[in-house]
Order: sequence, then C-alpha cells, then structure tokens
Amino acid sequence: MPQVMGQALKRHEDIRLIRGRGQYTDDMTLPGMVYAKMVRSPYAHAKILSVDTQAAQAMPGVLAVFTGQDTKDELGLIPTAWIPPNSDLKMTPHPALAFDTVRYVGDAVAVVIAETPYQAQDAADQVQVQYQPLEAVVHPREAVEDGRPQVHEEIDHNIAFHWTVGPDLDAVFQQAEVVVRHEFRQQRLIPNAMEPRAALAQYNNATDELTVWVTTQNPHIHRFLLSGILGIPEHKLRVVAIDVGGGFGSKIACYPDEVVASWAARKLHRPVKWTETRQENFLITSHGRDHVQEVELAGTRDGQIQAIRVKAYSNLGAYLSTAGPGVPTILFGLIINGAYNIPHASADVYGVVTNTTPVDAYRGAGRPEATYLIERMVDLYAREIQMDPVAVREKNLVQAEAFPYTNPFGLQYDSGNYQGTLKIALDMLDYPKLREEQAALRKDGKYIGIGWSTYVEMCGLGPSEVAGAVGFQGGLWESATVRVHPTGKVTVFTGASPHGQGEETTFAQIVGQELGIPVDDIEIVHGDTARISMGWGTYGSRTTAVGGGAIHLATQKVIEKAKKIAAHKLEVSESDVVFEDGMFSVSGVPDRQVSFQAVTLDAYLAWSLPEGVEPALEGTAFYDPKNFTYPFGAHVAVVSVDPDTGDIHLMRYIAVDDIGNIINPMIVEGQIHGGLVQGIGQALYEGAEYDAEGQLLTGSLLDYAMPKARFFPRFETAHTVTPSPHNPLGVKGVGETGAIASTPAIVNAVMDALHPFGIRDLPMPLTPEKVWQAIQQNQGGR
Amino acid sequence: MLTAPFEFRRASTVNEASDLLQQGTEVKLLAGGHSLLPLMKLRLAAPEMVVDISGIPELHGVSVHDGVVTVGAMTRHVEVAQNPVIQAEAPLLSKTAAVIGDVQVRNRGTIGGSLCHADSAADLPAAVLALDAQMVVSGPDGIRKIPASEFFVAPFVTALGAREVLMAVEVPAMPSDAASTYLKRPHPASGYPVIGVACWVGNGGTSVKMAITGIGSTAFRAVEAEAYLTEQGVNASSIGEAARLAAVHAPVEDDVTGYKRQLVNVYVSRALHQTMAGKD
Repeated sequence: MPQVMGQALKRHEDIRLIRGRGQYTDDMTLPGMVYAKMVRSPYAHAKILSVDTQAAQAMPGVLAVFTGQDTKDELGLIPTAWIPPNSDLKMTPHPALAFDTVRYVGDAVAVVIAETPYQAQDAADQVQVQYQPLEAVVHPREAVEDGRPQVHEEIDHNIAFHWTVGPDLDAVFQQAEVVVRHEFRQQRLIPNAMEPRAALAQYNNATDELTVWVTTQNPHIHRFLLSGILGIPEHKLRVVAIDVGGGFGSKIACYPDEVVASWAARKLHRPVKWTETRQENFLITSHGRDHVQEVELAGTRDGQIQAIRVKAYSNLGAYLSTAGPGVPTILFGLIINGAYNIPHASADVYGVVTNTTPVDAYRGAGRPEATYLIERMVDLYAREIQMDPVAVREKNLVQAEAFPYTNPFGLQYDSGNYQGTLKIALDMLDYPKLREEQAALRKDGKYIGIGWSTYVEMCGLGPSEVAGAVGFQGGLWESATVRVHPTGKVTVFTGASPHGQGEETTFAQIVGQELGIPVDDIEIVHGDTARISMGWGTYGSRTTAVGGGAIHLATQKVIEKAKKIAAHKLEVSESDVVFEDGMFSVSGVPDRQVSFQAVTLDAYLAWSLPEGVEPALEGTAFYDPKNFTYPFGAHVAVVSVDPDTGDIHLMRYIAVDDIGNIINPMIVEGQIHGGLVQGIGQALYEGAEYDAEGQLLTGSLLDYAMPKARFFPRFETAHTVTPSPHNPLGVKGVGETGAIASTPAIVNAVMDALHPFGIRDLPMPLTPEKVWQAIQQNQGGR
Repeated sequence: MLTAPFEFRRASTVNEASDLLQQGTEVKLLAGGHSLLPLMKLRLAAPEMVVDISGIPELHGVSVHDGVVTVGAMTRHVEVAQNPVIQAEAPLLSKTAAVIGDVQVRNRGTIGGSLCHADSAADLPAAVLALDAQMVVSGPDGIRKIPASEFFVAPFVTALGAREVLMAVEVPAMPSDAASTYLKRPHPASGYPVIGVACWVGNGGTSVKMAITGIGSTAFRAVEAEAYLTEQGVNASSIGEAARLAAVHAPVEDDVTGYKRQLVNVYVSRALHQTMAGKD
C-alpha cells in the first residue's frame, strides 16, 4: 500500500467539474418548478410610499407577486449570528422583503413568481414602487458624525456596536522614543465567486417537509437560521448544497432571497427557483473589508516595538450580516500584533451601519485587515528609525523557543519558527544583492521596490468554548461518520462543506492512508443536512484542521472495532493484533493475517462476532479542537514602477509558508496561488466605489477589476513544516494565508520603489493613475 | 440577465435587412452579437425586432482589387487578424483585430458590428481612421461610401442612415515599405483600450498616419503630430515633440489630473518607437 498522505493526487472532484458534470443549484430542475425574480430598490435610502403590483399580476405566466406587506407578519427577521461580548450590539431589524424603508441599492421590496424566468423578469419590470428618497450615508467614519441620517431608527449615530480590547496605553505611548501614526483605508472588496448565488425550494405537503437547495458554505447553519425565520422546525427542513462554485465567505450568510423562495414554495405548493445575476451579485451578495483604521505604533530608536493600537471604523453595510460583527472584532482586533512579540496592544472598533451592501467575511476575514495594518506599520517604523525592514522584523518576531506564545490579548500561538521561513525567503531572493541592484537602477532613473510580509494568522476555527466566549452563536466543532460497507468500500459523511477547496480528495487521502485502502474506494459526502447529522461548515480555514480531525477520530473508531473482530478471527488476543497497510496480522507472525475487507464482511455477516461486539462497521466522531491553529510565513514581492505611467510591474513573488503537515501538496499550492491572487488583487486592482448617494459605481466586471492570470509572474513557493499540536493531524489550514500575507507585501514593495519620490503611503488599490499623480506631486523629493 | 421579448428575423439579402430596418421603431441588426446581446441582457437595449444578418452572403469575404482591400462587414475579428490578404496589404488592421477582447470575443465579434456599434473605447476605429478606410453602405437610395473620418459622430453614433446597412470596409493597401503598430493599454477590468494608438509610416517616411482611440469621446486622428513628423521625418528626436503635440491637441475631457494627456504622450511615443523598430 503506497503512502497517500502527502501525495499530490489529482482532485477527485475535477473529473465531474471540468467536464461540466458538476451539479450546481441552478442546474437542478424539478417538475412544476417556477421562478422568482426580486424587485429591488434603486435607491440607497428611501421610504416606500406604495407598491403597485396590479400590472405585474396581470402579466402572462405570473402566479403571484408578493410585497413586504405580505411577508412581514409571516416571516421572522434575518438575524446576525455573531454578537461580540461587551460591545452593546444593537440588532438591525432585517425583513426579507422591505416594507417601509429601503436601506441599500438592491434591498428587495417585492418578488414575482412566474412560470418562466423571462416572464418573472418581464413582470418584475412592471411592479410600480413609489419611493421617497432619503439622504444616505456611505462612509464609515462620516456615518457616526452628528447630524448624519440614521440608517436604522434604533441605532444612534449608526453605531451598531463599540468593541474594545486591551488596556489604556496612553502612558506607554507618552514615554516612547518613537511613535509612528498612520491612517489606513481598507477598501471595500466584492467577492465575486464564479458561481452566483441560487436557491431552489420544494415543499412536500404530504410530509410537511421543506427542502432547500442553496449555495451555502454551511448548510446546517443555514438550516438553523432558516428554521427560525420560516417557523419550520429543523426536523422538517432539509438544506442541501451540492456543488458550490466558490464562496470566499460570501456564501456564509443567510440572505433574504432563499428565505423568500422557501416561503413562496410553501405558499404556492410549487418548487421555486431563484438565481442571482452577476449584476445582482455585485449589489446584494455580501462585500468584504471596508475599514478606516487610525493606527499608532510605539518603539525604541533601535527597533524594538513596544506597543500597537488601533481605532477602527468598520463599515457593516445596511444590516448586520450573519458573521458580519465578528469579522472586524474577534478576527481582527485580537491579532493586530501579528507575528511580533509586542508587549502592549489595544483595539477600539466601531461597527457602523451605512446605506451600502452588507459586509461579511471575505477570504481572510479580519486577519487581512490586521496583517495589513501591522505589516505596513512595521515598514513605516523601519523608515522612521532608518533601519532595514528585515532587521526590524528579525528583532521583533516571536522566537522559536517562545512557543506556545501568548499574545497581548491571550491568544495562544501554537507552534512555529518564524525566523526559519524568513531565512528561506531571504536566501531565495538573494536580498543583499537585490538591494545593490536597486541602488544602481535608481541612478538610471529606474525604480524597483522590495516588500516584506512576515505574517501569522489564526484559523482552524475553532474550539466551541472559545466560540461561545467570543459571541459566535454556534459551535465550531465538526462531525464525521466513516461508514464501511460490507465489501470494504467506504462512505465518509462530513459536517464541513467544501465548495471548491478539494477536500473530497484530501479527506479520502486521510481515510485511505489510515485504513490502508485505495482512495478510489472512498466517497466523501458533504453539504446535505439529511445525510449528515450536524456540522458547522467551511470557512476560517477550518475544514481540514477540524473536519479532518473528526474524520481521523471516526476512522480510528472503525479500526478499533475492526481490530476486535480481526483478533477473534485470528484467534489471538486483541493486543497481539497489528494493523498496517490494510492488513491485520498477529504480532511476530506476519503471515497470519486477514485483510480489512475480510474483517468488514465478517462484521456485516455477523455469523461469528466476539462477545459484546455489535454487527456492522462504522465510526462517528464529534471533534472539538483544542485551540485555533496559526499558519505563518514570510512573503516578499519585487516590483518595478514606471514613473511615466504609474504602472506597477510585479517582477517576483516569493511565498514561504508553514501550514503544518501537508496532505496534498498540489491542492495546497492551488490554495496558495488563489489566495495570493486575491490578496494582490486588493493591493493593485480591486475596490468597490460608492457615490455620495450610495450608488455602487463599480457594479460590473467592466468596472471592477478582478485580477487576471496574465497580471502575475510565476509564484515561487516553499514550505517549512511545523505541525500544530492543536489537532491530531498536525495541520494548520491554508485557504486564507495567501490573501492575508500578500496585500501588505505588495504595498510595501511599491512604497519602497517610490521612496526616492518621498512617497510614504498611498491608499489601495494602487492604480497607475494614483501612483503617477503622487509622483507628479512629489517630483521635488526626487 | 434575460432579454425583454423581441421578434427575431433572419435576413438573407442586404435589401431584405434594409427593408426590415423600417418595420418598427426599434429594429437592431445582429452580426456577432458581442455588443448588442450584453446590452439586451442587461435590458439597456430592448429592440422590438432583431434581424440576424450573419447569413447574408454579400457581407462575407475578403478581397483585394486595384490596391484596395475589401473586408466584408461580417468578417470576424479572428479572420481579420489571420487573413493572409489583410496581413499582407493592411497589416495594421490585422494587428488591431488580433488584440480585441479575448479569444471568445474575437471568434464571434465582427468588424462591421464593432464599427457600427461605435463604442468610444473600441479598438478598430483607430485602425480604420489611420488607414483612411471607407465604409461601404447600402440603403434605400443605393450604395454609398462614407470615409472613416466622417463615420464616427459621437459615442455609439455613426453617420449610418436609419435604413442603411454596412456592407464592407474598403482599406487602401499600405505602401510596401510601411511599418505599423497598434499599441493598446487594456483596462484591467474590461480589457477595452484606455488608450489605443494605431500608426503607420511609409513611402520613405513621407506618409505618417496616426489615430487614437479610447481616450476621447470618439477615436480621432493626431493631425498635428502627423504633420510635424511628415515635415521633420520620423526619428528619435522628432518623436518626442510629436508625442507632445498629440497630447496637447488631443480632445480629451474630464482630465483633472492630466493623466489622460500623459498617456497620449507616452503611448504615441512608444507606438512610434515600436513602428520604427519594426522597420529594421
């Protein structure tokens, strides 16, 4: 039996996905299915004066037109599921269909149900809504000023919560030799998963059961929330996510659209399908980031960082999304010291509601916002004290001997050798030589820059006890059932819900390795509340660390039981049985052996089982991890800047990551590449823009620059392996590292290139026009 | 992304298409569909009738006669890019077509459709202007020719009459010694040119033609730069001044930072250097 853990096996799921045989929600067709089309507000903030549905009702093929008045007494409000402690969080009442006020462009006010999607759209165009436009607020810091319009009556100054962590650090800052202050704008990003969202709901009036196929990263959380909103008990509600084409956090939330489709399906006794257009995806599917951060760093003249603090205004959009409040608090504030041993830290975060699309997790979720802050500040500090940015990092990184390291907020970093990854990156780059080249090129009027990011992040979310302590309204353990069939083939049921990450392959590798059976004999089932007892889904780079941990434990239970049966068959005591490569053998007598498959058949036939052993063979585990995991690494970008056009050319990108043990290096490489591209996208290309009236100006792929493959050089990647002690597989998670680490590396590199022009910082994205203009304004500094 | 209802017709002759154009208040011709269909799917356009002209034989084919290359309006971008006659006689047109959109767009989009759509950010207007091409159009009063310089009136507006159909583009063959460049700066999101400079130098340097697209409300000829280069000859020292002249006279709007004129300056200079390098 060859080793399968650690092998770059091709992805099992790709056989169907690349042949167009994947089954996405919108691919589903049911007999009698009808189509929903939402009528959406063109205003960011307005009173609804009237909704006239008469003309639409009379259109061909229309079954019904429902407004917020029809649903408001029949549907519960859509809640947030993350209430950070001690933050005085106020709920934002969020009806599925707005009935008195609309609060962002795209807020739904009515739905048309028709026999065909064309008829639904035609009729939706005929729904006449009279609005009284109100003044809008868009910017998170402006929204809290006196005299601004309020998004929700209940929320004074638009402050939905105020969350602080850490002590008063005024004394530390007053006594510091060096204080660096800077304000960063984490621009708003639009996730743009390849598959837009969709929902299909079917009501069975014989059993009173509702089945909802929906694009979700967490079907059981969706069931939990939908149950409350719809008033359907969980045992009568099934949520299914078959193939899901990416999420990046935008498919965590429970949205009005699936609520309305579900309600209408029960009302009309017809299956109702709703499919988002790309245009709607820009307007209504959750956005990411959007902070204003006022940051201060205190340190000594010789490069010792003493304190970091931030006051942040986080834009949450018009309503608090499912995980929205947790992102700019727990997932951001608690890790602003990054990979550095900084004794003092504090964070002060205002969660602000505005007339914009709700904001929720987006790849990295809070940790990119924290990493950008600290990595940029380290560079600004290095400039201030005229030290090399690498020297400052070496001086302040948590030392390898210090693990487990407790950060100023009490997070326990699991394991690592931060200097180790930095050393490898320095060698790959040949840093001293590149600095010499840089100096020589500057004399010729050519500007290259080198940018570092030595990051750490917390993921593998996470222990449930901690989830409760930080206000996440759910558990964060994971379930697994490993069901061995009579022939020795295996079905694995996981509560994690991969949607492109490749766990149908990596999970099979775990089970295949441990049972010593071919991976082709293993099927991974996920994303169906009727087949999987419970689970908390896929986000926060938790799937392999937590879901994989559960699978490992369930597999061990199978082996334990099989061993008893094997001992019985071999007529030896259990302690004399050795299990290796799929064979049970008698210790010291290797030719007395029986295969896993033969034992399995015995378990099912049950003709002769040992005393007290039940028939069949399956193991179930509910695994709650000991703690978060902390992947880390050193990234470095090399860029050149063309002063004539402001163009930034990415010349090299080196990523040295430590994500603990690696199960499938090819999948890991893919995750890193994808993360890098999204992180670099934020640095250079992407940014949602609203005008003062709350209209989204970057509402399509014509305006919003998603990164393209041709924008990038060949990424140079390397790894160190420091297993995490927090889970049985020693894995740390890799889904988000690239997006977390790369953004500051790029901006640090560009600012390094622009240093001769006296440019200290520019807001992202670093578009050519912005760079050129800054060079024009700073020519004197050259 | 679903269109409003419309009537679909297929025309088999140019006259039939022309007749159908007057049957309703809003009739649109469908060639490759890469401009019209997205607008219809967004319901920004909701024509009553769409007339498919892809099957009209007269609109197809590429030929050369008496020093003029005739390119049928239905010729797809990929064909304009790869056709040996166009590559030999009017390589600037091929080079431009080769960098339109992406592979899918080039496989479906047509030269006639793109020119008649007259998007101010399209690539082809620069090439047909620099080549002094003529648009051959057919309407109720017969066939007439419109010079490229008169064809693009405003964004999405051409000199085409309400019932006229573009049949072909006539491009004078470039001189045998001509060198040419189409230099494009694609927008990172849309891929459309933020600026595209089409230029060619021939007849021993006495003919210098240059047109710029993307940066103004319509594509335009850089006449001041052309005149200066024709007088001074195209060389390393004249290119800088020509680029400056092009930038100063470029009809750009909303250029608060001066970046658009800067791009004209840089791209004209780069396009000319590239052209001269290509002559060697």
